[in-house]
Amino acid sequence: MFKSATLPTMIGNVKTGIDKNRFAKFAAGLILPILGVIVFLLAWNLAAKNIDTSLGQFPGPAQVYEQAGSLYNEHVAQQEKADAFYERQEQRNAARLAQDPTYEPKIRAFTGAPTFFEQIWTSLYTVMVGFVIASIIAVPLGIVCGLSKSAYSAANPLIQLFKPVSPLAWLPLVTMVVSALYVSDDPMFSKSFVTSAVTVALCCLWPTLINTAVGVSSIDSDLINVSKVLRLNAITHVIKIVLPSSIPMIFTGLRLSLGIGWMVLIAAEMLAQNPGLGKFVWDEFQNGSSESLARIMVAVITIGLIGFVLDRIMLQIQRKVSWDKTAITR
Amino acid sequence: MSIKHHLELTQVGIDFPTPKGPFNALTDVNLKIDKGEFISLIGHSGCGKSTVLNIVAGLHQATYGGVLLDNKEVNEPGPERAVVFQNHSLLPWLTVYKNVELAVKQTNKSKSKKEIKEWVEHNLELVHMTHAVDKLPSEISGGMKQRVGIARALSMEPKILLMDEPFGALDALTRAHLQDSLMEIHAELGNSVIMITHDVDEAVLLSDRIVMMTNGPSATIGEILKVDLDRPRDRIALADNPQYNHYRHEVLRFLYEKQRKIEPVSPKKAEKKQSTKQENTTQDTKKGNNINAA
Repeated sequence: MFKSATLPTMIGNVKTGIDKNRFAKFAAGLILPILGVIVFLLAWNLAAKNIDTSLGQFPGPAQVYEQAGSLYNEHVAQQEKADAFYERQEQRNAARLAQDPTYEPKIRAFTGAPTFFEQIWTSLYTVMVGFVIASIIAVPLGIVCGLSKSAYSAANPLIQLFKPVSPLAWLPLVTMVVSALYVSDDPMFSKSFVTSAVTVALCCLWPTLINTAVGVSSIDSDLINVSKVLRLNAITHVIKIVLPSSIPMIFTGLRLSLGIGWMVLIAAEMLAQNPGLGKFVWDEFQNGSSESLARIMVAVITIGLIGFVLDRIMLQIQRKVSWDKTAITR
Repeated sequence: MSIKHHLELTQVGIDFPTPKGPFNALTDVNLKIDKGEFISLIGHSGCGKSTVLNIVAGLHQATYGGVLLDNKEVNEPGPERAVVFQNHSLLPWLTVYKNVELAVKQTNKSKSKKEIKEWVEHNLELVHMTHAVDKLPSEISGGMKQRVGIARALSMEPKILLMDEPFGALDALTRAHLQDSLMEIHAELGNSVIMITHDVDEAVLLSDRIVMMTNGPSATIGEILKVDLDRPRDRIALADNPQYNHYRHEVLRFLYEKQRKIEPVSPKKAEKKQSTKQENTTQDTKKGNNINAA
């Protein structure tokens, strides 16, 4: 009797213990972040009410939400317009083709102002191009610097010198150089796009370069000895030993680079007038309507969200590619 | 004896550059090794055992003298002098199979795909690791990693196998197990082996000759002890063998009487060590040695 009475209570105790533990995890995983956001929204709301600008009251969460909705509606409306525009063209072409079979139909592109969502795509595309350019330069250069102490000594002062330079300082130079060198009658890309991408590349080169160099130079000397005993030639040595061994560090660099690139891009787009999120912010600022600040705030949150998503994507790729599962933390 | 020696070290010495001028680590090392011989290098830490091995491997260049393998001078690393490193040094991103395969592909470019596969599997079978071919090094135990390291070295079909304290990082039971495996493999393949060890029992059990090194700087070979015990050797039977114990005694005497390393130990610390030692039985060889020395 005694036993049968105590056993369930004991199990009950264990259970509540587990439940408590689960609850704590649940709280830490979901409730606390939500709580944080709510506190932030309240504080924002409170602060916004007390700030009066020349463009009216600083927008609180409600106004920003409203503007996000209106930006979406504008996008939908614009797309309907575009669809209608293309439909009209097709009908017209079909009609003309029926009259005159030799007629070659032409489709003209819709030239309406880009919507917020199109601007997001432009920004993403631009940052990716800049990031890829930077990576193509930084990874091989980093490997060379990591393999050869002399190369590193030669490159190090330049890296240290250019690493802290702001994109705003590069931009005028890049703009002039692109205008001078990128001359063609039928340009594949607009100059503003090239300028922005190059500026992004210039600024997000460094973390990848430095991390790759450090990763390559810190390869376990035993692994290098293995390579020597196997008499791997230089190229095989790099492909089979150096690259895989420094993949975790290279990816750490790439993640930092993409983060910096995304930050730099907004500034670059503002000045280069590349039709992305940076230009959106600038145009709204110049526009100066009572809704501008709320719309800019929508852009700010969007920029933050996209930056976060880009980082998560890089982390997932890193997890997939890297052999060192312990090196990745957050 | 007039037979040609397999590996010859002649007057080998090495200076390492330091800010205070060259540091003479090794001097006048002369050693001749026959085909199929199992040699152990034993000595206190820092006496240059690893340096000798690295010179034979070609990872270090001797400042004086030289090394001949089958009458060819050794001056760069190569697969005919395969090295088993102390901490396995498997490539952590490759599976057990791929680690060995890399060595096979690199050293035997004429082999067909099928032959490569067979040879990799054969070598993994030698070290009893066929059950874990698709595992990553991080997923297997230290002893298993060392087995794969040995399989990789063997797969290069080396003329001489160089082992740098191959079992130093393993626990006593795993070590014994691997020593038995190594004896089996040596009996089967008849490779020449140079092995560095700190373990007196390991040296006596495995070796044909034990090369005992003096303390550095300017370390050299102090004595060479020929171990005349019949093979295959059985560790349990040998435990009571007077001949075996005589060899052990010889090595211990060299290490702790003739080449006793004077290490400043505070009296308190020494006392503490003494008391912990007495709790252990003589099973643990390393600690047993220390008692002998004290």
